[in-house]
Amino acid sequence: MAFDEKKSTFDVIGSRPLRPDGLDKVTGRAKFGADAYAPGMLHAAVVRSPHAHARIVKIDTSKAEAMKGVKAVVTRADFATGLKGENWNILENVMAGEKALYDGHAVAAVAATSALAAKDAMKAIEVTYEVLPHVTDVDEAMKEGAPVIREGAVSPGTPEGMHPNVVGYHESGHGDVDKGFAEADLVIEDTFKTEATHQGYIEPHACLAQMGNDGKGEVWCCTQGHFNVAKVCAHLLGTDASQIRVTASEIGGGFGGKTAVFIEPVALALSKKSNRPVKLVMSRSEVFRATGPTSSTSMDVKIGMKKDGTITAASGVFRLQGGAFPGSPAEFTAMCSFAPYNLENVKQIGWDVMTNRPKQAAYRAPGSPMAAFAVESVIDTLCNELGLDPLEVRLKNCSKTGTRANFGITWDQIGLEETLLQAQAHPHYSAPLGPNQGRGISCGFWFNHGGETAVSLALSEDGTVSVSVGTPDIGGSRASMGMMAAEELGIPYEKVRTTIADTATLGYNEISHGSRVTYASGLATIEAARDTIRKLCKRAAAKWGIDEDAVIWEDGCAKPSGPNAGEFEPMTLQQIARKMGATGGPIVGHYEATPEGAGVSFATHIVDAEVDQETGSTSITRYTVVQDAGKAIHPSYVEGQFQGGAAQGIGWALNEEYIYGEDGRLQNAGFLDYRIPVASDLPMIDCVIVEVPNPGHPYGVRGVGETSICPPLAAIANAVSNAVGIRMKQLPMSPPRILAALDAEGK
Amino acid sequence: MVTVQLFSSLSALADGQREIKVEAKTVGDVLVALARAYPGMAEKLDGGVSVAVDGRVIASGLTEPVNELSEVVILERLKGG
Repeated sequence: MAFDEKKSTFDVIGSRPLRPDGLDKVTGRAKFGADAYAPGMLHAAVVRSPHAHARIVKIDTSKAEAMKGVKAVVTRADFATGLKGENWNILENVMAGEKALYDGHAVAAVAATSALAAKDAMKAIEVTYEVLPHVTDVDEAMKEGAPVIREGAVSPGTPEGMHPNVVGYHESGHGDVDKGFAEADLVIEDTFKTEATHQGYIEPHACLAQMGNDGKGEVWCCTQGHFNVAKVCAHLLGTDASQIRVTASEIGGGFGGKTAVFIEPVALALSKKSNRPVKLVMSRSEVFRATGPTSSTSMDVKIGMKKDGTITAASGVFRLQGGAFPGSPAEFTAMCSFAPYNLENVKQIGWDVMTNRPKQAAYRAPGSPMAAFAVESVIDTLCNELGLDPLEVRLKNCSKTGTRANFGITWDQIGLEETLLQAQAHPHYSAPLGPNQGRGISCGFWFNHGGETAVSLALSEDGTVSVSVGTPDIGGSRASMGMMAAEELGIPYEKVRTTIADTATLGYNEISHGSRVTYASGLATIEAARDTIRKLCKRAAAKWGIDEDAVIWEDGCAKPSGPNAGEFEPMTLQQIARKMGATGGPIVGHYEATPEGAGVSFATHIVDAEVDQETGSTSITRYTVVQDAGKAIHPSYVEGQFQGGAAQGIGWALNEEYIYGEDGRLQNAGFLDYRIPVASDLPMIDCVIVEVPNPGHPYGVRGVGETSICPPLAAIANAVSNAVGIRMKQLPMSPPRILAALDAEGK
Repeated sequence: MVTVQLFSSLSALADGQREIKVEAKTVGDVLVALARAYPGMAEKLDGGVSVAVDGRVIASGLTEPVNELSEVVILERLKGG
């Protein structure tokens, strides 16, 4: 097979080998962020603002510094100055400057010889605040007279005359929406709200950092992007990225929340000051208060439909708060909103708004799930009002290959229609419902991403293979990389071990985000394997005394390409590797690129919900995910991603929310009061993997990790609304909110 | 000439135009030409945008070729979770 051909028959791909990290994780041998240890290590604690918005008048560290065991205290004065743009935003979030901008904002940190001593010293740091008015609600923050978080943060191109808290604007679309609405038989417009939710990873942020007087630093941490950690730490500490080597630990969940940097620069600054290694581990409360949840939203959606189900026009206004900094994913919410539909007339607007909340961070397909909630709810209402089958309506209007998307591009090969057809054919869709039950469906969309990627593949003399990748394994990528390397080389999967290399070992790798790893690191692994094969063929050619172009790689062996090349016994990878030291030296394949062919992904979900009308409690009784994966490398991991997105979506839809008091402080910073779903809350989640190949990947892979969380909020809201006969317009649909809706309707 | 579609906040920096024609052979050329013609855009473009060429979203590659038949759409910089 020529290397530029797309492979369609596989030996390893599509099988379900055991996960390489499974034994380590169930036996406790796996090393997570908090497991790092170094001789002489200090423990750190962070002083955090108890106010939602306050000017920092004075920080007196003298008492803490005089305490036994205390080796260093840092404040903003210990970090770089003169930063601009996003680097300044990150520093301001990592350690407050003139103002504390949200409850939990870091204002100082201390390192001591024990965790207890550090906590005692933290309490001895005296911070004098001038409390300022605060705002935590996105709609309130946009109003005239709302407290100003910060002047001068507005992004270029944002309309003038808005409140200074409004820092970004996106508008896109095409056609004439007014004309389209006039052509509709029914137009429905509604307003929806969602609360901020946390990614809910089980492992809190943790790191061990060491920085010597020579300016060289080492960091061990749990992160989705250790190369980014090195880059950010270098900026914030005023040193060079190559002087800070970062090693990623095993990761106990990230879901986007560990794409951001919070504690590593603080630990490095403390280490630099104390000349000792410093360990910093967040508590659960700190994770909730000071790391990024997703944005909360307020959204207006208007859709017009003909009696036959044709959508004539759609418009949406999506307001997202991103905490005390610019950067909410308002533009993605807008762009994803109507992406599943082929619309002649469409317009979407996104507003990025600052509030006194923690800096939002990415959470699986940032911005898209909320948009789907609003849009798919209105579509469901239209279907109910017009007596139409909601799946038929979606099939009638769905985006297909060649459709012009709502944000301007023409879709390449996509598989939304296939997911709808598979959902329609699934027994779930036609199964009878019981009392107090409702069924909902929804489509969802996410872009997916490529990004800078480097992979190295080294042979051992025994013919086994080490693959080094630079993207932390957040969803089973080590197995997928091993399978792709084995597939190309024609060797058993068990002969390949994949490792996450540190930042000094490989070229820059973008963060594990955007569902990019199986696509981009996978593509790079395939290309690194092909580079290795070229080198293996060259060694065989030299041995046989023939031209290297006359050697092919087939079934794990170098072979003459045909009779004209000569007659030689095929040489296995193991045979060539055994002699590599004497035939030219080590054999290492590598590949560095920025793959740009990440195919977009669509999904359709079907949900059955049962609502107890006395308590307002909702049970999800049946759930089916149908999603286009392009090509499923390891189907069990793909199904795991599908199920994980659905499970997190169930939590987001039914229970999870950031609750702020009138004082602007977070009221539920712990898993007792912030309720994520546990296994007993969930039904078995059925998965259907659709495979419409991505033209941009040698095997057709599309990212799958994020799209699975796009439809659940909407599908569950539609199911609950159909169960209670009331349109639910605010998330979470917690028991009190459902009871209030029933009361309001006199039910 | 390559026709480039702009999203709104970029459009506001280009005298309200939603489509602009530029001389370009690559995505990088497109961005340079836009910044040259409309200096107000430079900060936004430098801050990072993605470019979709014929339906494929180019997140950061400046060398991707474009021609007069290409559909080129400037998008907000893509990232994910």
